[in-house]
Amino acid sequence: MSFRDLLEQTFWFFSSNKVRSGLTMLGIIVGIGSVIAMISVGQGAQQSVQDRIQAIGSNLIIVMPGATRGGGGFFFSSGRGSAQTLTSADANAISSQVSGAANVAPELDTRKQVSAKGENTNTQIIGTIPAYTDVHNVSIDTGSFITDGENTSSGKVAVLGPSARDDLFGSGAAAVGQSIRIGTVQFKVIGVTQAKGGSGFNNPDDAIYIPLSSMQHFIMGGSYVSSIGVSASSQDNMDSVQQQINDLLLQRHKISNPALADFNIINQNDIVNTATSVTKTLTELLASIAGISLLVGGIGIMNMMLTTVTERTREIGLRKSVGAKKSDISLQFLSESVMLTFMGGAIGIVVGEFVSAIIANVIGQPTAFSLISVVSVFAVSALIGIVFGYYPARRAANLSPIVALRYE
Amino acid sequence: MIECTEITKKYISGDTETVALAGVSFRIDAGEFVAIIGPSGSGKSTLMHIIGALDTPTSGRFLLEGQDVSHFDDDQLAELRNRKIGFVFQAFNLLPRANVIRNVCLPLLYGKVPPGRREELAREALIKTGLDEDSFFKRSNQLSGGQQQRVAIARALVTDPSLILADEPTGNLDSKTEKIVMQTFQQLHNEGRTIVLITHEAEIAEYAQRVITIRDGLIVEDRLNGHAARTGELSKGGIVPAAGEAEVSA
Repeated sequence: MSFRDLLEQTFWFFSSNKVRSGLTMLGIIVGIGSVIAMISVGQGAQQSVQDRIQAIGSNLIIVMPGATRGGGGFFFSSGRGSAQTLTSADANAISSQVSGAANVAPELDTRKQVSAKGENTNTQIIGTIPAYTDVHNVSIDTGSFITDGENTSSGKVAVLGPSARDDLFGSGAAAVGQSIRIGTVQFKVIGVTQAKGGSGFNNPDDAIYIPLSSMQHFIMGGSYVSSIGVSASSQDNMDSVQQQINDLLLQRHKISNPALADFNIINQNDIVNTATSVTKTLTELLASIAGISLLVGGIGIMNMMLTTVTERTREIGLRKSVGAKKSDISLQFLSESVMLTFMGGAIGIVVGEFVSAIIANVIGQPTAFSLISVVSVFAVSALIGIVFGYYPARRAANLSPIVALRYE
Repeated sequence: MIECTEITKKYISGDTETVALAGVSFRIDAGEFVAIIGPSGSGKSTLMHIIGALDTPTSGRFLLEGQDVSHFDDDQLAELRNRKIGFVFQAFNLLPRANVIRNVCLPLLYGKVPPGRREELAREALIKTGLDEDSFFKRSNQLSGGQQQRVAIARALVTDPSLILADEPTGNLDSKTEKIVMQTFQQLHNEGRTIVLITHEAEIAEYAQRVITIRDGLIVEDRLNGHAARTGELSKGGIVPAAGEAEVSA
């Protein structure tokens, strides 16, 4: 039997068994559709997590204080992040001595109650310098960011994140020129930043930026900083910049054993990699759950094909008696099951993309279309047809024509 | 055309051995119309399976057009059936959802007939069986029993086989259509085709030119229609004398 005849016979069989073929295909459609939808949603989530991390800054290296350790033969640690070992001077040293460090922005953070015109909120106060905008990709919406002059003179000026502005002055209200009170100190609003998106703690939109020196003088006291953000000039020299910072700080802090460093350096690539691996695992989990429904669909195909073989026993006997070889019969049944899963796969991909578009709309999460996943899902669906169609096809092919013709 | 020598067929199920054919020898020449008659359990169906290349004998030699097919494998048998044998079954065995033309074309799918020529061949075969041309594109399950059997005969003819093998072709038909179908066979015979008819009804066997009676796996009588039994004496298409047969006919 030629390939053309085979296809023709297969389509004829489907068109004369529309309901049953359709229902069987539905199993594959649902299976493939959910795999596609889950992969798109997962990859969309992965993309959006990556984007958010990139929004923190580009080629960002963050130096954080480590644990304070006692000296003299006995080391005690009071825990990571507890140390007040990083200073503005460290930041200046990094800026001047580390090659490849494009921008360096020390910051001192705390959370404070902030009030304005009777409204108040508890938000993150970030004391920093003008370079912060370059390190953390912050853009100004209205007004201006902190200037070097304001930093040197410990000016009582503040730049609001859009969420903080909304909380204090009402959504979208003009805030520049108004006064706010951070703790007990009054600050004048000189600018509002553009929304970056984000949520939870460390939301860049729910923050108030003031000069680092003002933070150190009026709010926290002391000359230490809570972290130093460094942006490397390119992605390629991030490792080298990180190494130089490490060596410089060890030397400045007079620490000979690197294991006892009183600071930690976090590389943005590490954060991206960690977050990506988390969302990737999540995507795989979702896809494998959806894969179960695909498996069930495949079993549905096998079930239908087995029923078909039994039901068409006489037809098989007849075909054999008029000259069909074993291979003709098994090819016919295989082609029916592969065609079912193939068409089911094609429709499933369309349905899956449609569903993921709906999900994207409803939860506001972008979904990603991935050609590789579509192609591989297509291949998988055809494979399912072969795997689950093989046994029924073999059973049909091995029927003896005499027994098959006598079958009632 | 067909030459059977000492054909036996045994079935073994569990410990019991059933002998369906106990040594059957005969010859059928081209152009003959032969009825093989016998009660159920006589072995006539088994014989039909062997003549029809659906099965191979346990022992003995079966020549079809001078070719020994006793030891053919499944695929070789399938090819042989496709080229040399046309089957007509009691239950018609048409594809119910397929139209008449598609049913008749079925054997051509497995042969080497180019797609463009199939419908033409099917029409020729259908016209020979006298089926109305209006019915050609009807679904086979919309036809009457007699029409269905004529479609089945056309299907058997479409490959232009050397042998037409009909297994109780009128078993599911009323006496009026039975007559029409049997006349169709007679007409095909008159056109020079070789027909072997398997039946248990003596009346049906009367349409044939020669009647072979089989019982308990052995041939008990082989006669030309309308003549006295002439076991072992047939001049045309006669039987090959074999041990055991002489005793029965004596």
